[in-house]
Amino acid sequence: MPRKKWGDKKTDPSRSRNKPYAIVSYMFVAIFVSLIVWLLYFNLIKSEEFINSPYNTRQDTFADRVIRGSILSSEKEVLAATQIADDGSEYRYYPYGSMFAHVVGFDSYGKSGLEAEANFHLLNSHAFFLEQMKNEFKDEKNQGDNVVSTLSVKLQTAASNALGDRKGAIVAMEPSTGKILAMVSRSDFDPNHLEEEWDYLTSDEENSSLLNRATQGQYPPGSVFKIVTALDYLRKHGSVEGFSHDCQGEITKQEHTITDYDRTAHGQVDLHAAFAYSCNSAFVEMGVQLGGMSLREAGEALLFNKKLPLTMDYRSSVLSIDGRSVVPLLMQTSIGQGNTLVSPMHMAMMVSAIANQGILMKPYLIDRVENHNGDQVKKYMPAAYRELIPAAEASVLAGLMKEVVDYGTAASLGGQGYTVAGKTGSAEYGEGEIKDSHSWFVGYSNVEDPDLVVSVIIEGGGSGSESAVPVAGAVFNSYYYG
Amino acid sequence: MINIIVELSKYLLAILVILYTLQCFQMFRKREEHRQGILLGKQLAVIVLFLSLSFLVMFLKSGTIRMLLFYGQMLLYVAAVQVAYRMLYKKASMLLVNNMCMLLSIGLVILCRLNMEKAQRQFMIVAAGSALALAVPVMIRKMQFLKKLTWIYAAVGVVMLAAVFVLGRTTFGAKLTLFGVQPSEFIKIIFVFFMASLLWKDASFPQVVRATIVAGMHVLILVMSRDLGSAVVFFITYLVMIYVVTRKPLYFVGGMAGGAVASVIAYFLFGHVRQRVTAWKRPFSVYEQEGYQIVQSMFAIGTGSWFGMGLFQGSPESIPVADEDFVFSAICEELGGVFAICLILICMSFFLMILNISLQIKNPFYKLIALGLGTEYAFQVFLHIGGATKFIPMTGITLPLVSYGGSSALTTIIMLAIIQGLYILREDEDEELEKIRKALEQNAQEEMGR
Repeated sequence: MPRKKWGDKKTDPSRSRNKPYAIVSYMFVAIFVSLIVWLLYFNLIKSEEFINSPYNTRQDTFADRVIRGSILSSEKEVLAATQIADDGSEYRYYPYGSMFAHVVGFDSYGKSGLEAEANFHLLNSHAFFLEQMKNEFKDEKNQGDNVVSTLSVKLQTAASNALGDRKGAIVAMEPSTGKILAMVSRSDFDPNHLEEEWDYLTSDEENSSLLNRATQGQYPPGSVFKIVTALDYLRKHGSVEGFSHDCQGEITKQEHTITDYDRTAHGQVDLHAAFAYSCNSAFVEMGVQLGGMSLREAGEALLFNKKLPLTMDYRSSVLSIDGRSVVPLLMQTSIGQGNTLVSPMHMAMMVSAIANQGILMKPYLIDRVENHNGDQVKKYMPAAYRELIPAAEASVLAGLMKEVVDYGTAASLGGQGYTVAGKTGSAEYGEGEIKDSHSWFVGYSNVEDPDLVVSVIIEGGGSGSESAVPVAGAVFNSYYYG
Repeated sequence: MINIIVELSKYLLAILVILYTLQCFQMFRKREEHRQGILLGKQLAVIVLFLSLSFLVMFLKSGTIRMLLFYGQMLLYVAAVQVAYRMLYKKASMLLVNNMCMLLSIGLVILCRLNMEKAQRQFMIVAAGSALALAVPVMIRKMQFLKKLTWIYAAVGVVMLAAVFVLGRTTFGAKLTLFGVQPSEFIKIIFVFFMASLLWKDASFPQVVRATIVAGMHVLILVMSRDLGSAVVFFITYLVMIYVVTRKPLYFVGGMAGGAVASVIAYFLFGHVRQRVTAWKRPFSVYEQEGYQIVQSMFAIGTGSWFGMGLFQGSPESIPVADEDFVFSAICEELGGVFAICLILICMSFFLMILNISLQIKNPFYKLIALGLGTEYAFQVFLHIGGATKFIPMTGITLPLVSYGGSSALTTIIMLAIIQGLYILREDEDEELEKIRKALEQNAQEEMGR
């Protein structure tokens, strides 16, 4: 049995002889402690990322003991709930049918949307422990926790109705918090009838109804990209005031011609007017001056070619230009054509950062988790992702976007009880002579203290002013006037 | 009803393991023999309670009588080991014996949960190994020639490893086994004996070079056999022993730098090294292939959270080789993060205790043996837990005494028996010194008296 001097160093005359031992023991204690710290860190912070992975089928076994909780809107209207059929079996019910199809998702045939993201919470019960014990005794299931989302039924309804039966997507989010209030994607499906429609939905490539266009759609940004070109000009020149261009309705360089929308000749324009009227010639001139590498850097500052801080499935935006790109591609890219592809969600985030003094808040959909009695289990707080651009640059871009509404292509949004800043776009797609275009609008309301960012795309909707602007207007109206 | 017991047991098991861990560290502070004795008794009680509670839960959940039989078996084993050491070796370190019993208990509980057949096989090996190991402390004392076999150790190590490389059977992409045993496990012991016998008397530069050449051969063969975990364990042990015996930090720093360079070279040279690194850095990108294991392991650890799912409540069987390379993840899932952290602390206290024994041994050869074996143990624990939790890339190594695997368990039991033997020798040394000191004092007094 050990009797004495467990590491009694003070009285040990040979202390200096033991120095290597001391160092070895410190080193090993350090690596053991680092293991513990890592495990603590993982359990506290990292584990959610793994638990919520769609690959994780582990938690589905919880369903044997827990009734899946409900997904609620921010006003606690039920968006998805588990109900018991007459034969005692459980089924998932979605009261709003197809309206929240993509963002709330589904729980059969794999999982999608919030049903996937919140799976762990929905299948965990924080019911009062006496109640849980009672259920155990009676051999009954516990009621899983409810997830209160950031989604607003009012705004989602307005957005959905405004889009009508056209294909496209709408994202509405709060720039100051990152809360996603509405997310519509069409064409869509009714999650209540997934079983009957599944085979059709998975084989129907024309409509791609299962795709969440808001986050996974890949569209050319069209003139919305002029925000990036303008940012690049601002960065290079320190101001947007020195620019001037005489617009003839088209511009030709190296035998490549780009025309303005409807071949409108805007005449002598500065950057303000060029941005407000969305003058292609001016921006092509600007882009060619700036060069591909510079444009790429400005785009990457706004998260083109980058991972986005999103918890849901998404596709990164593509900006494939650099210093070696040929002039025609550079011309195309300057006005958001070429090989550039973006998602409506990314555009909403870009505008969100501009509206929020350059700081992007992490977009999120889950506001809090509650047990079935409404007691809070976990609260998600707004979190900054990081500053994408300095506040001064954001403020100049915001000024340009304000002018688009004041006298430019989105003037129809002016004269309301609220102010709006934004940018329209019409993005040409398809090959050949007769090109159709997607209609874009991105912008935010209450310019002084931004309330709401809206990003709209309507497939084949023509110019931004024609289709997307009125849809955005409907969403803003709903936000302010109900 | 059963679920309530299972739910409660999670917290009780966590409390038990916390108690045990605290007791381990208290041992470092308590010096009076009788107080240590009380503490050791309490530890034993915790072990028995731990076994009783976990087997009760497993019996209730599985409903098989075999669980109860196994429980009886475990109690018998713990009792036999305790009695044997107390009777045969009065001076043995019972803390070492307790730690061995605790870690084996944790391991066999989780094995019973995962696979009853394997648990039974493991138990037989553990029992037989422990019985054999009882002879080791005596052998240490008698076999004075052990320090003279330097080049025999080197030859045996290299030849055996080479034989595995040439003839061995490939499992999980690595050549590990020869006729069902895993020689690299036993060579761990032989390697430490080689290093110690080479360096104990003379740690001059030429000796260090000799040690480096032989150690390098071991490591190289192991890397080529794709047994990366063992390769790293050998390398670190070599470094630590050289550093302690020469007292030159430069060897250690230089060795680490060399190791780092070698790792980078290995990364570019061997596809299997690259695969491990990819699986570690971006497990989801290779989910279908080499990332699968680690992702499943992380699911298990994350789902287990602080207090675990409870025994038989999770699905650790979905992690490939959960009983060997990922036993720590299985423990995290069903027994919880608190339990797992305590397990790390127990292993750490175990290592510190071995280091302490080494520190106090006067005989330089034995001193080095204890140091080397302790280092091997500690670093293997680090590689296993670090790999299973994605802290470092997976090296595919067992958690000593806890993981399934006869060679691993047997080797660790023998290692501990050797350390036990050295501890007993040290106690004898102390007693001898005490006698001499007393005799001298007496002489002096007699001188004075005259």
